[in-house]
Amino acid sequence: MTKTLIEKIWDAHTVIDEGNGRSLLYVDRHMIHEVTSPQAFDGLRANKRKVRRTDLTFATMDHNVPTNNRSLPIVDQTSAMQVKALERNCKEFGIELFDINSPNQGIVHVIGPELGITLPGSTIVCGDSHTSTHGAFGALAFGIGTSDVEHVLATQCIWMEKPKTFEIRVEGKRRNSHAITAKDIILSIIKQIGTAGGTGTAFEYRGEAISELSMEQRMTICNMSIEGGARAGLIAPDEKTFDYLRGRRYIPENYDNLVGDWKENLKTDGNARFDKSFTLHVDDIAPQVSWGTNPAMTIDVTGRVPFPDEYAKGNVEEEKAAAKALQYMDLKPGTLVTEIELNRVFIGSCTNSRLEDLAEAAKIVKGKTVSSKIRAMVVPGSQHVKKQAEEIGLDRIFKDAGFEWRESGCSMCLGMNPDILSAGERCASTSNRNFEGRQGSGGRTHLVSPVMAAAAAIAGHFVDVRDLDLN
Amino acid sequence: MEPFRRIHSIAIPLDKINVDTDQIIPKQFLKLIQKTGFGQYLFYDWRYDKDGTPRKDFVLNDPRYKGSVILLARNNFGCGSSREHAAWALLDFGFRAIISTSFADIFYNNCFKNGILPITVDEQALQKLFESKSEIEIDLEKQTIKNDDVNLSFHIEPYWKKILLEGLDDIAVTLKYNDSISKYEKKQVSNPRSS
Repeated sequence: MTKTLIEKIWDAHTVIDEGNGRSLLYVDRHMIHEVTSPQAFDGLRANKRKVRRTDLTFATMDHNVPTNNRSLPIVDQTSAMQVKALERNCKEFGIELFDINSPNQGIVHVIGPELGITLPGSTIVCGDSHTSTHGAFGALAFGIGTSDVEHVLATQCIWMEKPKTFEIRVEGKRRNSHAITAKDIILSIIKQIGTAGGTGTAFEYRGEAISELSMEQRMTICNMSIEGGARAGLIAPDEKTFDYLRGRRYIPENYDNLVGDWKENLKTDGNARFDKSFTLHVDDIAPQVSWGTNPAMTIDVTGRVPFPDEYAKGNVEEEKAAAKALQYMDLKPGTLVTEIELNRVFIGSCTNSRLEDLAEAAKIVKGKTVSSKIRAMVVPGSQHVKKQAEEIGLDRIFKDAGFEWRESGCSMCLGMNPDILSAGERCASTSNRNFEGRQGSGGRTHLVSPVMAAAAAIAGHFVDVRDLDLN
Repeated sequence: MEPFRRIHSIAIPLDKINVDTDQIIPKQFLKLIQKTGFGQYLFYDWRYDKDGTPRKDFVLNDPRYKGSVILLARNNFGCGSSREHAAWALLDFGFRAIISTSFADIFYNNCFKNGILPITVDEQALQKLFESKSEIEIDLEKQTIKNDDVNLSFHIEPYWKKILLEGLDDIAVTLKYNDSISKYEKKQVSNPRSS
């Protein structure tokens, strides 16, 4: 029987098949962080349970850690309490923790691949919806709630309904691969399928425009699968995948043998069928900017903020939502995107905080100055990214231009630490969610790529990066 | 977990699509390390003004709905972040059931894990429920939703039905498969890590 890659990984990890679509799946890698784990450990304690596989469990602190001076104590007492709770829990249960002072600390979805914890063909879970990021390596990776974190800690397994398979074909060739980024590809997809388009499914991204992406770009794509409603999104591994992981710290000792197996098995069979399919042609796509309060409310940088009825195309509920979004975002329909003035720029998050993201953004920033109206910050995804960036002088480029250069963490993507927007502030952000209040109560978020964010920081408003020299 | 059998109450109509978990429980309230006490922060930014005064125009503040345990929601309810705090906040506020045309996958799962029944109905039925003001009865055993205007049955996975009806601890259920898990671990080849 022919199978998709999703089905192959699913079947290979099935411990119990109830025969009704529901299976108990084995989890190869479990990553935990400070915000969604304390209640899970309390549950274990209350029931006198242990962590079944401490060797397959990894912890870091990323969501609410400060990104300024790490030598100072955490000022926010509730954040400090969560960080301490994670330290205590990892010690008590014997879990390896990359704490705030570890050279391996960083956003959980940045450090997983960076340390070789993420592997092709594996199942990976984490109490965070952007776990789909790890799908870039051909892993079936999905976010889970805290009850499931507890369940996986106790059993190393998870009950799942088998997702439907959703093929996302990305075809064609980008005209300008520096200006049109992976972020623009995934936003273009979400714009068309909607934020619930992938509900109940897992995506497999395929096609020539996916193959030609680097691993870091593939991570940006898979990261935002959840923004299209899919719990998981993956890309079949290839030489780029195997090369990226080779030599990393936590890869298995028999890595090269595994690569042989993976090459043979980790792909969708030629005539396998998907439950759904969608195709995006990238030849003519433009840099994307979100205008509303969910990631599907996105338009071309050359476009104008839409009227609610124009956006909703006859759907009454969507029209109401668009009107409310415009009100929240304080935008007038018909406004050119390039006329939207900004106060803040954030380059970071598990979507766009890796070395390549920073290097591309730095090309735009080099020798320029951040607009006097703007406060801009760069938050590298991990301590390793930060160190590598500093080795090639990216920190100097950003700092010389007037950017803040920070320590690693989730930071202003969700504003659980002190990095937040004030009410009414408008931000060009490389993160993944433009929900109301996401970056700070009353804050207004526009999702863009790193190069678009960098260019906006210099200009004070959005600009079409295709007009700049990026080579 | 408190067993779920039958509930009846009027429903609070939350007339908005794509309600994300950032709205259900804003991030500034994710720092508690217990599962309780989140109800006061439910829909915080929609429920309260900047100075903390309840907003008269938000449906949860409407005294007519006080004490309701059923939430009527629009399509794609609970999208976005996986934070289970959203389910904890809804439960802590008093909700035991949510009716919508669709739920985001992670949130849907989180509801069951906390004894909240998420019910998916078609658009027409949902619209009727939104328009109806009468008390709704939800019977999990019979899988029915009834009021003066609506009488319909709903689908639920048998597993979740059992967990809810009996208020079971699903980890205990899984641990009965311990031998199967151990057997799987023995044959598994792709897992070892070097350290």
